[in-house]
Amino acid sequence: MSKRVTIDPITRIEGHLRIDVDVDGGKVNKAWSSGQMWRGVELILLGRDPRDAWAITQRICGVCTTVHAITSVRAVENALQLEVPLNAVYIRNLITLAHAVHDHIVHFYHLSALDWVDVTSALKADPDKTASLAESLSSWHLNGKYEMRKTAERLKNFVNGGQLGIFSNGYWGHPAMKLSPEVNLLAVAHYLQALEVQRKANKIVAILGSKTPHIQNVAVGGVSNPIATDSQTVLTVERLMAIKGYIDELADFVKNVYLVDVAAVGAFYPEWTKIGAGVTNYLSVPDMPLDTKGTKFALPGGFIEGGDLGSYKPISKYGDEYFVKGVEESVKHSWYDYSKGSPLHPYKGETTPHYTDFKDDAKYSWLKSPTFYGRVAQVGPLARVLNLLAAGHEPTKKYATQTLDTVSALAKTKVGLDAMHSTIGRHAARAVSCAVQVDMLGDMWGKLVANIGSGDTKTYNKPTFPKGEIMGVGFHEAPRGALSHWVVIDDGKIKNYQCVVPSTWNACPRNEKDEPGPYEASLLHTPIADAEKPLEVLRTIHSFDPCIACAIHLTDKENDAAVTVKAV
Amino acid sequence: MRAVVLGIGNIILSDEGIGVRAVEAFERAYRLPENTIAIDGGTSSMELIDELSDLDFLLVFDTIVAGKPPGTVIRLAGDEVPAFFRRKLSPHQISLSDLLASLEFLGSAPKDIVVIGVQPVTLELGLELTPPVAVRVPELVAMGAAEFAARGSPLEAAPAAAN
Repeated sequence: MSKRVTIDPITRIEGHLRIDVDVDGGKVNKAWSSGQMWRGVELILLGRDPRDAWAITQRICGVCTTVHAITSVRAVENALQLEVPLNAVYIRNLITLAHAVHDHIVHFYHLSALDWVDVTSALKADPDKTASLAESLSSWHLNGKYEMRKTAERLKNFVNGGQLGIFSNGYWGHPAMKLSPEVNLLAVAHYLQALEVQRKANKIVAILGSKTPHIQNVAVGGVSNPIATDSQTVLTVERLMAIKGYIDELADFVKNVYLVDVAAVGAFYPEWTKIGAGVTNYLSVPDMPLDTKGTKFALPGGFIEGGDLGSYKPISKYGDEYFVKGVEESVKHSWYDYSKGSPLHPYKGETTPHYTDFKDDAKYSWLKSPTFYGRVAQVGPLARVLNLLAAGHEPTKKYATQTLDTVSALAKTKVGLDAMHSTIGRHAARAVSCAVQVDMLGDMWGKLVANIGSGDTKTYNKPTFPKGEIMGVGFHEAPRGALSHWVVIDDGKIKNYQCVVPSTWNACPRNEKDEPGPYEASLLHTPIADAEKPLEVLRTIHSFDPCIACAIHLTDKENDAAVTVKAV
Repeated sequence: MRAVVLGIGNIILSDEGIGVRAVEAFERAYRLPENTIAIDGGTSSMELIDELSDLDFLLVFDTIVAGKPPGTVIRLAGDEVPAFFRRKLSPHQISLSDLLASLEFLGSAPKDIVVIGVQPVTLELGLELTPPVAVRVPELVAMGAAEFAARGSPLEAAPAAAN
């Protein structure tokens, strides 16, 4: 007899996600991923000025503000075939890279590490032994005895104060928790340090974006940052130097702490390199443009089928037909109706809600189900890193090799690239991506400074809207993967707008051909030690870094019960 | 006194935007002293950790769902504040309560927090506040200023307090 386990909501993510699994013989044999919120921003945008869309789309999520702002202006620029001045290209790149570095650090330490780290076990650790272990792993300056003693003390006070707060949703003492008290304490120390260091990334966004959390400097046609090397009110040499200082501090942490910690988790949980692969078609989009037209990129992107890097097909420029023609969305299992039949291309996409109840074999999610040339695809750091490796991207090769070597050394067995198609692999890929991106922050900073130094202070090209209908797509390799905004403009007003967001690609329900989405596929065959405490499900779902807050409540309910189990 | 005036909420969900609209009005109405900043926090959390560290006073404007008639102005202080944040029905699992708990863990939590808000009429999709909520903005702003005065730090009106 199988058991139906419903986790609603999945905690420590952005947005309201429900996961159902049928567990039989201690393993998952069926899974459903259901977005419990409806995104209606597309409807708000209809009839508005396309130059205002970015400021509205950046409000659809508290985490992904910047990415929706950038993608929106790219969509309108693509429709207008409008070039963007080099300074604006570099400034936008710096903002999106800093945002990505911030997002990846916060995801690992603050949203998902607690799936692997038992905070209550850390209370039993010997701080001095923790320090010796830490110093054997990395030369990071905050790995010493003083730090570890201070962390142990702080944790004790926090827990004794009855303030479990941020840690209250953990499955403490679960049989799948396998780290020693010392490793757990080390993780808590780095959790705190990560809270400190993530501020630096945010400061970069704040300086360049004029304001945070909602940046103010983006415009269709460029950015609104005036550049003058001798003025106090604009982007000055002093501010540029401050940014460089923050980049260096972030790079130190990412390379000497984050990459090492991820490798250690991989080495201590080797079974998780064989769990959670799911869909191995990987889609990413090129990003970090290096020219005004979007034809050269520092981060290549493309599509890989069936986990075979040899099948890599690049997406090579803004508006690339290979990307534009490949995307469709099905609503067969989603709470929408299409008047013109499903699936539909995003330019023709419709947002007409049709709520039924949760129907296992029919409609059960507010997320649509996107495909690429009819195939379900995984997006995110793993897709990014694999496509970068397929494209021969040297910095990615360097950090991926280094990470796998560290895992191999700690696990005392050779761990190869195959291990990346897994739950742990997604964490490792995120850390590798973060290291590549933190270096690229330094590169982009250099390019911006050199370009300003050459006397170019231009940051904006004024858009003009033609009579009649035009359309465009903007894409961005966001922290969680390929994000695209699709806009149809008629006489200078928005006629249709669709966002195809990364978590829709990954968290989607079954598609037109009833194939499961990446979350659903990744859960199949996962061993579950205790159906009442499905920690294993959370590990795999969290490894995708779900973010579906770009959605709103429609069928809201105050919901405290996270897990319900019933026999079926 | 190091202080922050924080408006939170989602401006695309009609009355959910009251916190943001109130902080915008507050910033226009007063000349803020050197150690006080106003922040439109939207629906963010972790990004705010830097600004909210080591504060003497945190004033939050927000939507408050308290089962009162729509448009009712509500003030929470002291023990009511943590309970409010824990209960807050938000589309965001990572909420301000997690951020405040993180600050507590770091030993940097605000010493004093007051929340001022309005019971919403609706949280439907839309960029405008409903009239019963919109009409409360000046009251919220004045109440916010009174909190500063009560802490021995009265605010001066901004030179051109026009919109």
